[in-house]
Amino acid sequence: MNWKRLEVLLPLVGVVVLLAVWSVVTSLRIVDPVLLPSPAATFKALWTGMFHGKLGVDFIKTVERTIYSTIIAAIVAIPFGILLGSSERLYRSVEFLIDFFRSTPASAMFPLFLVLFGVGDRTKIFVAAFGAALVILFNVAYGVMNARKTRILAAKVMGASRLRVLWDVMLLESMPATFVGLRNGVSLALVIVVVAEMFIGSVDGLGQRVFEAQQMFEMPDMYAAIFAAGALGYGLNLLFLTIERRFVHWSGK
Amino acid sequence: MELSANARAAATRTAPHVTIRGLSKRFADATIYDNFDFDIPRGKLMSVFGPNGCGKSTLINMIAGLFPADKGEILFDGQPLNKIKFGYVFQNYREAVFPWLSAFDNIAYPLKVMGVPKKERNLKVEKIVASLNVKIDLNLYPYQMSGGQQQLVSIMRALVVDPEILFLDEPFSALDYEMTLFMREQLQRVFVETHTTTVLVSHDLEEAVYLSDRILLLSRHPARPVEFVHYDAPRPRTDKTMTEAEFISTKAHCLEIFQREVRKG
Repeated sequence: MNWKRLEVLLPLVGVVVLLAVWSVVTSLRIVDPVLLPSPAATFKALWTGMFHGKLGVDFIKTVERTIYSTIIAAIVAIPFGILLGSSERLYRSVEFLIDFFRSTPASAMFPLFLVLFGVGDRTKIFVAAFGAALVILFNVAYGVMNARKTRILAAKVMGASRLRVLWDVMLLESMPATFVGLRNGVSLALVIVVVAEMFIGSVDGLGQRVFEAQQMFEMPDMYAAIFAAGALGYGLNLLFLTIERRFVHWSGK
Repeated sequence: MELSANARAAATRTAPHVTIRGLSKRFADATIYDNFDFDIPRGKLMSVFGPNGCGKSTLINMIAGLFPADKGEILFDGQPLNKIKFGYVFQNYREAVFPWLSAFDNIAYPLKVMGVPKKERNLKVEKIVASLNVKIDLNLYPYQMSGGQQQLVSIMRALVVDPEILFLDEPFSALDYEMTLFMREQLQRVFVETHTTTVLVSHDLEEAVYLSDRILLLSRHPARPVEFVHYDAPRPRTDKTMTEAEFISTKAHCLEIFQREVRKG
């Protein structure tokens, strides 16, 4: 028996245990089956919902909103982060504002954004972008500020202009932190988008799907939507990690 | 008065390469240099040696323009720093090379800054690699290389511009002993081939004497030149050089002065 080879299966142990416990609990009717459907019923609902039902459409909608808001956040936050990070004085002068709004729950901004942008998609995307932007901004600015002084000096000694140092050194030095910001940003954007889909007059999206299934007491559908949201969050994180490993190959080395 | 071309060339050959006049530098708690004068000779490998904190690195950092002096003038053949080509090698190679560039692109980077076209850049890098007889895969990234290889990359990066003067700030002190010995030979080889004016800050007296034509011994701060020791053993120097009487007496002499200066503190 080759145990080493079996070790790659270790991450599956938790999943198998969870499914086993879940199956036992439902088959012994320890929990009311209306509240907790069996794994089979749940995954059947997930499968049919994703490929033949409305869940697939909602999934795509949530992906779109999360990606749009992250892109908007990145476009706004990365240049500002570099600008603020390149001058410590500038950053210190707005640090309180950034920290304050970074600490403000973005969900508290819903009513304000509703007034500003109405009940459409724009509100959901902008609130999520707002939350994500501050996280990205903060990370980019710190990435630039913590750029290795020696590396900057090395470029200067070779005759690099300020702009070239910013472009060739500080920008690349900040990349690992930028990606930390992007990963945190996309996670936060997803949270905000799902919450926004639940509560502000939505007709689609995973949040709306979870909420509606719960209202209709379609428990397998609700669990299916929750799993879809979980898979989305995990997938987005994995996507950004993969991009990071590819483009920021020196990170952590 | 007009000099003939020959006379001018001769004057350039023997005139000091770098002239330092009235250099002063204060840090918050200490005066490191106070009206310091010194001439760096042309085409020599010179080491700077002195007690801890006397300002060895500060001196070459000011000469190379890493930070400004409070007062004073530093001229290279009568010209300011921004008119000349020079190379600088940092002690901390890990933080001085660019981890996002391959070794090859690291070496080519200063040429890119100077606006040299890509084709010519590649030729120059290949030339410097060949002349040093370096056998490293230059497609690797710095973090895939050993410390010595990374420092070799940053030395080649400093040399690729054909510098008029080369500064090295304790370049081998973060390397293990085996690598240090190897890198000393590499530096000697560079010097024998190019005779570029070289200023080396070292905290290892044996290394300083072994590599140098001239050893500048500094006092405690405010630093002043205590003695400018000449050591003219022929190159290439080898392990055998270190067993010869002249090496031993030069080193002993430097050590004596060093200890006298340390005790004064």
